[in-house]
Amino acid sequence: MKYVYFPGCVTPQKENAYELSMRKVAEKFGIQLLDLEGANCCGFFMEPIDHLSATLLAARNLSLAEEKKCDLLTLCPACFGHLTKVKKELTEDQELRKTVNEVLAEINKKFEGFLEVKHFIKVLLVDVGITKIKRTITKPLTRLKVVPHYGCHILKPSDELKLDNPENPTLLDSLIKATGVTFLDYMEKRLCCGAPIIGVNEKLSLRIMREKLRSVQKVKADAIITVCPFCHLHFDLNQFTVQEEYSEEYNIPILHYTQLLGLAQGLSPEELGLYENRVPTDVILEIL
Amino acid sequence: MPENLKTIQVLKSLKTTKIDPNFKFEVAKMPGGESIKYCFQCGKCTATCPIRRFDKEYTPRLIIRATLLGLKDIVLSSDVIWLCATCYSCTERCPQGVKLTNIIRAIRNLAIEKGYIHPFFKLQANAIASYGKIYEDEEFINELRNDLGLPPVTPVKRDEVHTILQHTKVKKLLLTKEKEEN
Repeated sequence: MKYVYFPGCVTPQKENAYELSMRKVAEKFGIQLLDLEGANCCGFFMEPIDHLSATLLAARNLSLAEEKKCDLLTLCPACFGHLTKVKKELTEDQELRKTVNEVLAEINKKFEGFLEVKHFIKVLLVDVGITKIKRTITKPLTRLKVVPHYGCHILKPSDELKLDNPENPTLLDSLIKATGVTFLDYMEKRLCCGAPIIGVNEKLSLRIMREKLRSVQKVKADAIITVCPFCHLHFDLNQFTVQEEYSEEYNIPILHYTQLLGLAQGLSPEELGLYENRVPTDVILEIL
Repeated sequence: MPENLKTIQVLKSLKTTKIDPNFKFEVAKMPGGESIKYCFQCGKCTATCPIRRFDKEYTPRLIIRATLLGLKDIVLSSDVIWLCATCYSCTERCPQGVKLTNIIRAIRNLAIEKGYIHPFFKLQANAIASYGKIYEDEEFINELRNDLGLPPVTPVKRDEVHTILQHTKVKKLLLTKEKEEN
């Protein structure tokens, strides 16, 4: 299995532990990752401004990846969603494709449309498979109780992403259960983390996160498992602000799914960047 | 201070002449805006919206209704169009197949063309237009990555990003006046 790794903006800037743990886990499955030199923002953040700009930015990334002749892998659901959407648009709308390729020709690039855009979760679930994942588990995390946080963009819009049913998602559930943990359900499983509006209305953004944290605390989970670097950043960094703002205590560790899987595969906390997490993860290690 | 999109204000403005019957067609012509005319105002979008759950001033149904009615200035200058978290809950559940998330995005595009932009969105877009990403490539990130045993992030080819963006309206749009913050 070989992929070209698209880093995006948030992961290398704020969530290097996610990439680190993904690379360690990927090694266990013999996944080979190629670097993508000179890539730009996927284009997602340009969408509210101008459609053509958002499309061109994505198309440049896709054409760079195509030069490597293998599928694109990303850790960010927003990049996954946007690149998937643009690929679909450029495949269906020949006029747009022509415009885009005329512009790309100026930088000697061309969108061909043959590669697939994959989030690491999709790679694990489809290309690797649960059976093979279970075979790599050497240290089942039976004493740990966790809940999933799916995030919005890994599931929706479901007609474009075709990964799971957003009304009752199970893909992350099954990946988490494979690590041997005690899996817990909670009321606000499907609620957004609030991160996307942090720059527009901070109070509201924190209010949404608080609702999530309260719901997780009620079921007495030891950790929340995420698959999105942006959701992770929000929970892990701004949890302290929520605690201050509402005079409440949560201190719930937030683990990237790849950190959880890595622990179950017998990898060390250092190898998985567990000490990079902002909410201390010592509690987790004590439980194990 | 730009006006807010509230029911009472929408009703009041119906008595005035601030109506542009072409507005809905303008939105429908934007990429992603096509499905707006299918809306039959059932309100499932509002009922399902996580933003609405915690902020009663945010009503996706009203944004669509006001757009269909042609209240162009009110919609485009409104604060609430910047509150959508793009979670797609409404889009998933709409019984009419109205893709609200995309429509609100199309409305934002039109608002920016009219000179209304939320400062946060302007900040992000400006960063992308200059650095090619929302964060500037900085040496300390590669030092940090090196300590963790990660390969360096290769710098964005900014000149290529600048070249492709020259073919878009983005430079001109970002020069527009800033929308006042609440």
